[in-house]
Amino acid sequence: MSNEKTITPALTLRNVTKRFDGASGRVTAVEDISLDVREGEFLVLVGPSGCGKSTLLSLLAGLEHTNEGSILLGEEPVRSPGRDRLVMFQQDALFPWLNVLDNVLFGLRLKPDLTEAERLESARYYLSLVGLADKEKARPHELSGGMRQRVALARSLAPNPRVLLMDEPFSALDALTRDQLYGDLQKIFTKRKKTIILVTHNIREAVCLGDRVVLLSPHPGRIREVFEINLPRPRRINDPELASLAAKVTTALSSHLNDGINGGPHA
Amino acid sequence: MTESTEAHMPKMKLARPVIPTILALAFLGGWEWFVRTGHVNEVLVPAPSHIFKWFYESLTNGELLSATWVTMRRLMIGFAIGAALGVPLGALCARVRWIRDTLGVLALGLQTLPSVCWVPLALLWFGQEESAVLFVVVMGTVWAVVIAVQESVLSVQPLYLRAGMTMGSKGWHMWSHVIFPAALPGIVSGMKQGWAFAWRSLMAAEIFVVILTGFGLGSLLHAGRELLRMDQVMGVMAVVVGVGLLADVIFFAPLERWLRRSRGLER
Repeated sequence: MSNEKTITPALTLRNVTKRFDGASGRVTAVEDISLDVREGEFLVLVGPSGCGKSTLLSLLAGLEHTNEGSILLGEEPVRSPGRDRLVMFQQDALFPWLNVLDNVLFGLRLKPDLTEAERLESARYYLSLVGLADKEKARPHELSGGMRQRVALARSLAPNPRVLLMDEPFSALDALTRDQLYGDLQKIFTKRKKTIILVTHNIREAVCLGDRVVLLSPHPGRIREVFEINLPRPRRINDPELASLAAKVTTALSSHLNDGINGGPHA
Repeated sequence: MTESTEAHMPKMKLARPVIPTILALAFLGGWEWFVRTGHVNEVLVPAPSHIFKWFYESLTNGELLSATWVTMRRLMIGFAIGAALGVPLGALCARVRWIRDTLGVLALGLQTLPSVCWVPLALLWFGQEESAVLFVVVMGTVWAVVIAVQESVLSVQPLYLRAGMTMGSKGWHMWSHVIFPAALPGIVSGMKQGWAFAWRSLMAAEIFVVILTGFGLGSLLHAGRELLRMDQVMGVMAVVVGVGLLADVIFFAPLERWLRRSRGLER
């Protein structure tokens, strides 16, 4: 395997289409998506509800399968879920029957090549990275929503996946906690240089976190525009430059939405 | 009730067990008086003092302890077999559609059948032996457990399964580390119900059937009836109530409370 070649993107999507058979007939969730995700890139998929961004993430995770097109991780096609692509969900999805440390250890314990001591060391390292070193014996329900999402982040990072997939992980949190987590996540991203794909409907969040922001439009979900965000890190959500960039993305989004209403979609 | 600072609060707390005790003593005293003064026929309703006397005598001559032991052993073995069969069958019902549509539906039906109804068949198949009672107890337990396990496995949050899958859990690991722990509170409730059914069915079997291999509490109650010794009948009834309560108070209730508390489902 030549995973480390810099020319090979971390993830490659080629003409990906996914349809669902719902109660009201066949729905095309995403249509003809082609995208390269660079190694070590923070990519954000943004768009209104119905643009298929969560579906896209499930496809990348291997939890769903494409109808057409292909998804490659490095050079390997994605067929099933795997530890190389860990997912952080909208709800924290922590296991309530395990304490914080055992939750973080869950994925690590599925890596047979590690010793138990290495697993513990790794789990504690990531817990301290998210600032929860002193909470390892706590049960998930004893933590606040923000802390739980931090544990979920540590749990996703600990097995050292090649790609971290984040499905609106901040949307259920209050604004203050969210701003704090934007800072934490950027710090970790800068430190660990992980490939991250984040899905959100919050454009400010997208511009604040992403190296690249991919704008999707709904019915069916398609890529409309890709924005390179070259602001220096760490970025603050209230930064005026960031705000004006976000406004640009918002304008682009509403013009595409009007397109859809007036003249039908043009890809 | 809140922990008030008022001085009379500790007194109120002390009063709590006092009032029921006084009322119980008054009830027993009144009962004793009614029987002694001939207002009620002593053959039909024995005086509490006679019941206590029987209790003391059968306790000292070992009759009661040996009968309780015989019954408890049957209950434990029958319940263990029922649970050991019920858990995998319930899991199978949850996992495989056609098994749910066949065995699952059968379980639902047989659960409504009072397990005394199995007595004639059990006698025919096994004779007046230990195995006949065990069969009746197993039939009382197994269906309740099957249904409880099936329902609680089916209602495990899909999010936990997705989280487990992305971390590389599958097959037996998924069952033992995600599905069963997640379903455990429901499974324990089902076991508790299975235990209650087993207890009832065992009493019915012991009262109706002369089992040659052991003299249990039900047989003791039946013997009391034949001898027209209602003190014995009522004494055994009290013991049966006591055993049932003990199983709940000592075993199931704390287990359920611990499971719920440790997951933050109850304070």
